[in-house]
Amino acid sequence: MAALLFVLAIPLLGSVVLALTGQRDSAREINVGFSLGTFVATCALTVEVISGGPLFAWNREFYIDPLNVFLVTLTAFVGLTTAIFSRPYMRIERDHGKMTPNRMRLYHSMYQLFSFTMLLALTTNNLGILWVAMEAATLTTVLLVSVYRTPASLEAAWKYFILCGVGIAQALFGTVLLYMAAEKVIGTEGGALLWTNLDAVRGQLDPTIITLAFAFLFIGYATKVGLVPMHNWLPDAHAEGPTPVSAVLSGLLLNVAVYALLRCKVLTDGALHNHLAGQLMIGFGLLSVVVAAFFLSRQKDVKRMFAYSSIEHMGLITFAFGMGGPIANYAGLLHMTVHSLIKSGIFFAVGHATQKAGTQVMEDIRGLIKVSPTVGWGMMLGSLAILGMPPFGVFASEFLILTTAMREQPWATPFLLLSLGVAFASVFSRVQPMVFGETSVKPLRHPPALLPVFVHLGLGLLLGLYIPPYLDAWYRQAARMIGG
Amino acid sequence: MTELVGQLINLLAAILLMLSFAMISQRRILSLIHLFTAQGAALVAATVLVGYATHQPHLYLSAGITLVLKVLLIPLLLHRVINRLDVRWDVETLINIPMTMIIGIALVIFAFNLALPIAKLSVSVVRGTLGIALACVLLSFMMMITRSKAVPQVIGFLSMENGLFFAATSATYGMPMVVELGIALDVLVGILILGVFMFHIREEFDSLDIRHLEKLKED
Repeated sequence: MAALLFVLAIPLLGSVVLALTGQRDSAREINVGFSLGTFVATCALTVEVISGGPLFAWNREFYIDPLNVFLVTLTAFVGLTTAIFSRPYMRIERDHGKMTPNRMRLYHSMYQLFSFTMLLALTTNNLGILWVAMEAATLTTVLLVSVYRTPASLEAAWKYFILCGVGIAQALFGTVLLYMAAEKVIGTEGGALLWTNLDAVRGQLDPTIITLAFAFLFIGYATKVGLVPMHNWLPDAHAEGPTPVSAVLSGLLLNVAVYALLRCKVLTDGALHNHLAGQLMIGFGLLSVVVAAFFLSRQKDVKRMFAYSSIEHMGLITFAFGMGGPIANYAGLLHMTVHSLIKSGIFFAVGHATQKAGTQVMEDIRGLIKVSPTVGWGMMLGSLAILGMPPFGVFASEFLILTTAMREQPWATPFLLLSLGVAFASVFSRVQPMVFGETSVKPLRHPPALLPVFVHLGLGLLLGLYIPPYLDAWYRQAARMIGG
Repeated sequence: MTELVGQLINLLAAILLMLSFAMISQRRILSLIHLFTAQGAALVAATVLVGYATHQPHLYLSAGITLVLKVLLIPLLLHRVINRLDVRWDVETLINIPMTMIIGIALVIFAFNLALPIAKLSVSVVRGTLGIALACVLLSFMMMITRSKAVPQVIGFLSMENGLFFAATSATYGMPMVVELGIALDVLVGILILGVFMFHIREEFDSLDIRHLEKLKED
């Protein structure tokens, strides 16, 4: 209980402190400090849940189970490494004149507030609060995306706000309908929006209402996941914001949106006794994989390219959960973890590469390995990892997803294989000349933080070779819970 | 007595729908803000009446929040924004007005059909109004699509929030208090951010026309 309090209070306090002191040079260290505090608190929470089982807090308003506890830890971990990466990154941006003291303050304060909204969305048991936290996450990231105040970043932020605002409004309508169905069973007094209560009575929820509710919830949260055709905001927001923001958008926000979708899917499956939710997720997931893979081949901007790669992987994850069953769910959870680690690691490397080259256009970035071998290798290995090369973790999860698909949805397998092939060809052929070849880039004025890149890639590699037993047990439990 | 209150709520629901139609056909930004304020007021009245008819005191609080936020604070902010930016006119819509009205009618029919089987299951006294609430949401959605200027898009967004609040009232007597407070906070912060954004957009593009915001396209 105390650990949960700290998990939520530290980032909230951090955003207040940094709102007051964020313009100072020491703010970058304070930011890391608060993120470290949050991570330590989540570790304590994890230990508590491992030893004591699922945990309720404060009138059952908060609920920690195997499904969200690993996402909480992952969120805090990526939050910490991104804060470490953003320390030298933001220093260089300031020297380039892109960040004024006021923008620095906004950036740091919103970074902590964003962490808070993510953790609130993950730990709350109340589906209404989940919605509120997702909307608040949109608001904070809108400010983060627009922090440079360039025309392009304003455009990206406006588009992001309007699209996600509209999308998430649909999810609110879905939540209202869900509440209406629950109220008939539980009554107004008994906390009819608490997920655990809903889960307990899910067999009695009215199927007509739940069908419509899930349709709205799906459109709403899928917009945030970035599934095609609601994906338009995602590449712009990734490309025009600061790179640490791209890293947390891909690494954290998309995961939390998938988590929201999963919670709704469990209730829907229980109420409907059919595969409507799963079929929707399979359809939109597959569409996202295919469309994103073909868009990948047309990109010129390096951050846009990796943003499309995120859409592709989110599609793959949604597809896996759509199939359901212990193996596909396990693969989906594993894929969420490794994608989050490796994609944010790639963005760290890309961030420093674009700073060196002074551009995000891939044709103008050449020969990274000559100037800075670590950035070059980070990007090369990261790209190979995200494309699903063994022995990285993405290979393991993609292998599981593909083999399950061959058995359960054989018609989808050719599309998946073709898309993964196209994605490989497009990304590899662009990353290779950026890393090798004649150099055109300049060294940086401050040493870049490359530790996070290799920590993330190392963990991605580790998960491909060996999954620690307690993590394995979590995944299994969570996969059983999601069912399908 | 309850009969009368029920009729009054239905009347207010009809007014809400009518105001939504008025908004999609309105070209002047200033009138649009007035219509939005009126819609907020109708929503407050409907919420109070539902609270009275069903003895749900928390609906009075919810109505109070809507009154402060949607009838007083946000219209005031919008007035200040358009005065400072000097944009009272919005001459263009992307589709002409008669066409939007016809699409709007189709949307209302669609919403009613969608809500019909659900509304039958509602325990609320005002279950017939769920279709109207959904229609308001869809009409605001369309307004956001057909307008090319920033301010009408924002008003469309807020009007959609009105529709959602009305849906919550008519389907379930309102959401739990903590959720409603959270939603209100999000709306308030959202509108503040959008207000600031409009100034930045104006500064960068010399216009509030969203069609300038189309540089980020796929090649």
